Amino acid sequence: MQFRHKIAGGDFSKAGNAASSVKKVLNQLNVDHSIAKRIVIALYEGEVNVVAHAYSGVVDVQIDEKQIKIIITDKGPGIADIEQAMKEGFSTASQQVREMGFGAGMGLANMQKNSDFMNISSVPGEGTVVELINNVRPYEG
Amino acid sequence: MTIQEISNLIEGKVLCCGDVPDVKIDYAFSSDLMSDVLTLQQEHMVLITGLANLQAIRTSEMSDISCVIFARDKKIGEDILSLAMENNITLIESPHSVFHISGELYKAGIKSIY
Repeated sequence: MQFRHKIAGGDFSKAGNAASSVKKVLNQLNVDHSIAKRIVIALYEGEVNVVAHAYSGVVDVQIDEKQIKIIITDKGPGIADIEQAMKEGFSTASQQVREMGFGAGMGLANMQKNSDFMNISSVPGEGTVVELINNVRPYEG
Repeated sequence: MTIQEISNLIEGKVLCCGDVPDVKIDYAFSSDLMSDVLTLQQEHMVLITGLANLQAIRTSEMSDISCVIFARDKKIGEDILSLAMENNITLIESPHSVFHISGELYKAGIKSIY
């Protein structure tokens, strides 16, 4: 199964729409609850990053019986120093983003914590691609 | 402790949604920083916040938080109510501060996460 969601930069009212859809799909597929929670938190953090920092983005989701692969691609300023951006507490977020309850420099680290594999590639001035992979298994009761 | 019992303790008004009397709460976390909330693993928890926006509800949805308490009579917009309803999240408005609500819940035996 695969699907795509668009993300509009700056539009906080829709941040989380993709994660919400993925959560519903994972519930329908009876994916283990704790695994689904990690996936949707990582994706939600990724969506907030696109809304907070980029002009636009897309989320591509591929799910099979063994894993879920999520690719978040944005057009935006990119990340000049990925290692620095991964450090907890480092943030370039605006005051508006902070007023939304984010921008504390915890997002990328939390995405890594909630994924089995994460890769970030970025071209400053063009945009960023974040790839997330999580192994999935059905709920066993 | 049930959501209804919690609401009574803090002079709360239950706005919506979900199966209020039956949901049991063990933990509470007070924060306006949703990034912090998204790092929590606990189940059966209530979020106490002064942040009355859609992201408080989205964060609760992703974190499986079934009840959000808004402190100091924050105005809850229709968009917030409708997203909470869609996700079966109970909202409580309280006239008290985050500090006061946290104290009442702690005194009543609701556990702290850290």
